[in-house]
Amino acid sequence: MPQLIEVTETSQGYDAAGLRLRLQAEVPGAVLDDHARWRKPLVAAAARLKMLGWVSGLLIAAAVGAMVTLAANAALSANAQVIAVLRLVGATDAYIARAFVRRFTLRALSGAAVGTVLGVGAVALLPSGGETAGFLTGLSFRGWHWGIPALVPLLAAVVAFAATAVAARRVLGGLS
Amino acid sequence: MIELDNVAYSYGGGELLSELSLQLAPGSFHFLTGPSGTGKTTLLKLCYGALRPTAGQARLFGTDVREMDRDAVALSRRRIGVVHQDCQFLDHLTLAENVALPLTVAGEPISAQDQNLRELLGWVGLSSRANALPPELSGGERQRAALARAVISSPEVVLADEPTGNVDWEMSQRLLRLLIELNRMGVTVLIATHDLQLIRAAKSQVQARVLRIANRRLQSAGVDL
Repeated sequence: MPQLIEVTETSQGYDAAGLRLRLQAEVPGAVLDDHARWRKPLVAAAARLKMLGWVSGLLIAAAVGAMVTLAANAALSANAQVIAVLRLVGATDAYIARAFVRRFTLRALSGAAVGTVLGVGAVALLPSGGETAGFLTGLSFRGWHWGIPALVPLLAAVVAFAATAVAARRVLGGLS
Repeated sequence: MIELDNVAYSYGGGELLSELSLQLAPGSFHFLTGPSGTGKTTLLKLCYGALRPTAGQARLFGTDVREMDRDAVALSRRRIGVVHQDCQFLDHLTLAENVALPLTVAGEPISAQDQNLRELLGWVGLSSRANALPPELSGGERQRAALARAVISSPEVVLADEPTGNVDWEMSQRLLRLLIELNRMGVTVLIATHDLQLIRAAKSQVQARVLRIANRRLQSAGVDL
């Protein structure tokens, strides 16, 4: 039966070459296998992956903002007659903008909510890896992390609110 | 209440109106006439702040239009009722909701004005059409609805641009009577029209000043009518 001895490294590390030489002399046939050596680059890669996730999140938020701005611009020009009528009867820009902002914020909120439900469903179907979970199988949420996706619709609504408000103010400011 | 002082307006190439002065005193009744394309609509737009004069001074209720921001112009519209020839509505709202729109955008609860709204629709003869959508209305009904919308917030001035342009003689008489009634209640009225017959019909019922735009200038045209 092969014997397995676990050696835990202290923070100062150890002299790998010296240990190997001593083992060769005292217990010929023993193999020193340093897990940390092959784990380190993988841990670094995982950290990079995390950063990539954050950058994608920012890019998605920017894309949502751009999309909502374009949609709001299209809606504002398609509703030029409505805006003219509202202006004629004494509606202020704030009143007109509010109608558009409200509509687009609610749309972004409900669209993002549907997307979040689907996304959480997909994440829930990921293999958990059970007790032996390593960082490669542990992609699913754990514990309170399941609450994080709930922020997605809120953030989307905030982005849509800001984007529509800016677009509406710019378009209305250019009218007579 | 509305004063134009030596006003000029140009759309870029050459002046359309120049050296134009006009004072709308409270309770007065004015006709504005002149051939098509002489700037009647432009003059009305100067009167309600939709255009800013390129020279001279336009004052709405004592404030220079140039000093008014967009919100100030919007707020002044609540004191000026405007009727266009091709009056436009919000097509997804009923006639009654459209007529009440000036109250809605001013943030006043419509329920408080319900009685007022019903009386107004009766006054313009549209009580039975209150729930109709604007595309279902005839030309004359649209004009009367636009007049009702223009006066629901009890404006001090009503500006009408060819209000009888799309309707037959009988309907234009009816609209004119409504405008004269408003004037008797103290509302200042300015009607732009090229219909001299309408002006003659009005002169027998109300003391109206007739202004004519000719050669880019405003002239008093009372004598030849």
